[in-house]
Amino acid sequence: MADKQSKEIQVKDKQEVSTPAEQTRPGLVFTPDVDIFETELAITLLADLPGVRPEDLTIDLRDNTLTIAGEIYPVEGGDEEDILIEYETGKYYRQFTLSEVIAQEKIDAKLTDGVLRLTLPKVEKAVPRKITVAV
Amino acid sequence: MLYRQMFGLPTWRARGPFTELERMRQQMDRLMETLSPDTSIARPAGVFPLINLTEDRDSYHLRAELPGVKADDLEIQVLRKTISLSGKRTFSEEGQEVRYHRREREAGTFSRMIGLPGEIDPEKVKASLKNGILTVVVAKAEAAKPRQITVA
Repeated sequence: MADKQSKEIQVKDKQEVSTPAEQTRPGLVFTPDVDIFETELAITLLADLPGVRPEDLTIDLRDNTLTIAGEIYPVEGGDEEDILIEYETGKYYRQFTLSEVIAQEKIDAKLTDGVLRLTLPKVEKAVPRKITVAV
Repeated sequence: MLYRQMFGLPTWRARGPFTELERMRQQMDRLMETLSPDTSIARPAGVFPLINLTEDRDSYHLRAELPGVKADDLEIQVLRKTISLSGKRTFSEEGQEVRYHRREREAGTFSRMIGLPGEIDPEKVKASLKNGILTVVVAKAEAAKPRQITVA
């Protein structure tokens, strides 16, 4: 991990997605980069959502489908003229299918500095339990 | 001669065998140019972070997407005509017990220099980092501002 953090970050182009339904508001839609990891107790998802305010983020979990949608509003002032445009801005949208049963009431989401940290605790019965055989 | 003209066979004295290929290549280039819908999107420089630079009458606005970068880990330097950005993006340790399913986010260091089209006033720089977006607003130098001249 230590050497991973000291290397130079490579440029990655934003991935545009086509959503299943057509948009009512025109604009680009991008897939956020995510890290997903699992422990015995929970699944944690980290997503890069630069520019999304906490109130503009929607997280929805139903029928084992997790949907993350983030709205972006233009930040430029009206009279600004472009000189160099290297990235485009747009909404973020990504869906995941969860195989584990999640304890819905214990889901915790935090959005700090444009990074979402979503903790999805597994329900008790999905947590593996060691059974010792009595001799 | 008539046969040559009809079937467009190359006349060897004027062009080499590659001239025709070159001409076709140029035509293809032109075709691709007209087909690509948006020419305002410049090819990214290939250096992280990607930058959007805009200007209004009094200042330049530089924006970059830096999710997860703390203000303390970011260094901005302003010279007469350049802005340099450097810093690092670190992730918190998640412990030994975790199993990764996806790893798409990257941690590491970055540094980038951006040349501005005009001179700036290094004293008047405002930078903010909000929701993972860095915004640097630098005032143009007095000499570089457009001036309105009224005809007497």
